[in-house]
Amino acid sequence: MDLVANLGLGLSVALQPHNLAFCFLGCLLGTLVGVLPGIGPTATIAMLLPITLGLDPSTSLIMLAGIYYGAQYGGSTTAILINLPGESSSAVTAIDGYQMARRGRAGIALATAALGSFFAGTVATVILALFAPPLAAAALNFGSAEYFSLMVLGLVSAVALAHGSVLKATAMIVVGLLFGLVGADLYSGAPRFTFGIPELADELNFVAVAVGIFGIAEILRNLENETDRDVMVKKVTNLWPTREDFRRMAAPVVRGTALGSLLGVLPGGGAILASFASYSVEKKLSKTPEEFGKGAIEGVAAPESANNAGAQTSFIPMLTLGIPANPVMALMIGAMIIQGIVPGPNVVNQNPELFWGIIASMWAGNLMLVLLNLPLIGLWVRLLTIPYYLLFPAIMAFAAIGIYSINSNPYDLYTLAVFGALGYALVRFGCEPAPLLLGFILGPMLEEHLRRAMIISRGDPMVFVTRPISATLLALSVIVLVVVLLPSVRRKREEVFVEED
Amino acid sequence: MTFNRSDLGAGAIFIAIGLGFAAITLLELDIGTARRMGPGYFPIMLSGILIVLGLAVALKSVAHGDEPRGPLPWRGLAVLLSVPVIFGLLIRPLGMVPVLLITTFLTSFASRRMTVAAALLLTVGLTVFCVVVFNLGLGLPLRLFGSAVEPWTRPIFGVR
Repeated sequence: MDLVANLGLGLSVALQPHNLAFCFLGCLLGTLVGVLPGIGPTATIAMLLPITLGLDPSTSLIMLAGIYYGAQYGGSTTAILINLPGESSSAVTAIDGYQMARRGRAGIALATAALGSFFAGTVATVILALFAPPLAAAALNFGSAEYFSLMVLGLVSAVALAHGSVLKATAMIVVGLLFGLVGADLYSGAPRFTFGIPELADELNFVAVAVGIFGIAEILRNLENETDRDVMVKKVTNLWPTREDFRRMAAPVVRGTALGSLLGVLPGGGAILASFASYSVEKKLSKTPEEFGKGAIEGVAAPESANNAGAQTSFIPMLTLGIPANPVMALMIGAMIIQGIVPGPNVVNQNPELFWGIIASMWAGNLMLVLLNLPLIGLWVRLLTIPYYLLFPAIMAFAAIGIYSINSNPYDLYTLAVFGALGYALVRFGCEPAPLLLGFILGPMLEEHLRRAMIISRGDPMVFVTRPISATLLALSVIVLVVVLLPSVRRKREEVFVEED
Repeated sequence: MTFNRSDLGAGAIFIAIGLGFAAITLLELDIGTARRMGPGYFPIMLSGILIVLGLAVALKSVAHGDEPRGPLPWRGLAVLLSVPVIFGLLIRPLGMVPVLLITTFLTSFASRRMTVAAALLLTVGLTVFCVVVFNLGLGLPLRLFGSAVEPWTRPIFGVR
């Protein structure tokens, strides 16, 4: 059994004491930023990425991954206790979770979220281990034409699954692609869009771009209305669900896990879509739909399982194809590149300890998160009351130090300010920041593969449609685009995301 | 005539970015042909697409109502967008400790709720924390004191 041997290798990496320690640190930080307002996993991972570069690549990615799925747990805590989702993927949890808390069932809601997430995380880890290697093997035959088409499909799906206007999301991707081109041209070496500044010749620092549009823009949004956070539930008691609760949550957890695993693989905020979709599914399937919105345990169990499963299966395209499904995965790809690992289908063969180590660490991390979240819930509740004005100066200091320490280049900090301003303006005008970052990371790769494919085909653009895999991928992109623009689907799409408001 | 100001604003930003990239591409870069794409080929395609998308977003704003937005946090904007620039300008001459003291103190006042005493306490605490964690703990290659202040700090803190 290859799988057993591979998972064995993964566990031997993940269970090394220092990897366990960094996995724990990642989960702890993840829960923390999930609970704290105004800073999400994307900005945190971007900020902490520079200081993990001194670590071994496996250790560094294990810790960054821990922050990502840890934030999914932490986000649900704030959703349930104060009706403010710490992360957007927990937005639907707030609907029924908060109602449960108001009825004195906060502990049970938290336990449901944690146990559902743990189940989902375990299943998604196995799915990742089963499906990633064959996908990577298939991708080894990909040429430049296939990669180009695959990235087009990825970007198109990112548009389809982003919430808000399709037009704006597409434009955001193009903005990202354009800014991704700043720096020396790959083939001719000609500097592009650098204004003659040699410090910009390398390319814009992706950590600065990410912290700008996710970190600074988010702080500014929080400063629009500063309010105190009311923690209604000061003390959480009665954590363990009853037998009846277990009976009611079992099926939603399984369905949420299945839906989340599937949607997580797709590019464009899979975890968010998964939680919204699974909530709608449960409401439709329920015999008592009127209970939803008034504290139905199914309304907590399903979306929480779905978002955690989705968070984990979104590693599949990142680890096997080198293509990010969401901004966090884009940052992971950036981290790998800085560490000297070429992301793509070769990772599983050339760095098996990294590949299987990350997968195995997720299981260990999920177990830690249950232990971290349930018994220590009192600690997290107290953290909820930290006033925001004490937090954001710390965020800014860490961001500036982290970014400067990558290249000791002051221009990276100017990049941070520019993208903070641009990010805030665009978010204020109703644009999602995630597609911009995806475009930014994919821009250089997209151009490289386009130009290489065209050179190999001697300038014949038909190469993209005569090669079967490439043609299939492009056809899929067209189908996705057409489906999204169909009036009936457009209405449905708006319905799925409407619960958020 | 009503306009959706969000769509109008977003459209204007997209058009401006598209025009900016297009202008630089046309002035400075070789576009080449589809067969031998030059460094300007991909950028000119993208900026063209962006301008069209920007126009579409802006056109959609016509005759649509506006949605409510919070007040602009002017103080936050001014502070948070200048702090990274100040950090960048001063980090080489002054080093990490003085820069952190200055920028953290400034950043604190992005919030209207901050008091001077709390800001001072936060500034000192955060600077000490950063030195301990990033410099002593993680060993990041950042000089604590730059060349401009070193002559004064050396007798107290030694060479860092």
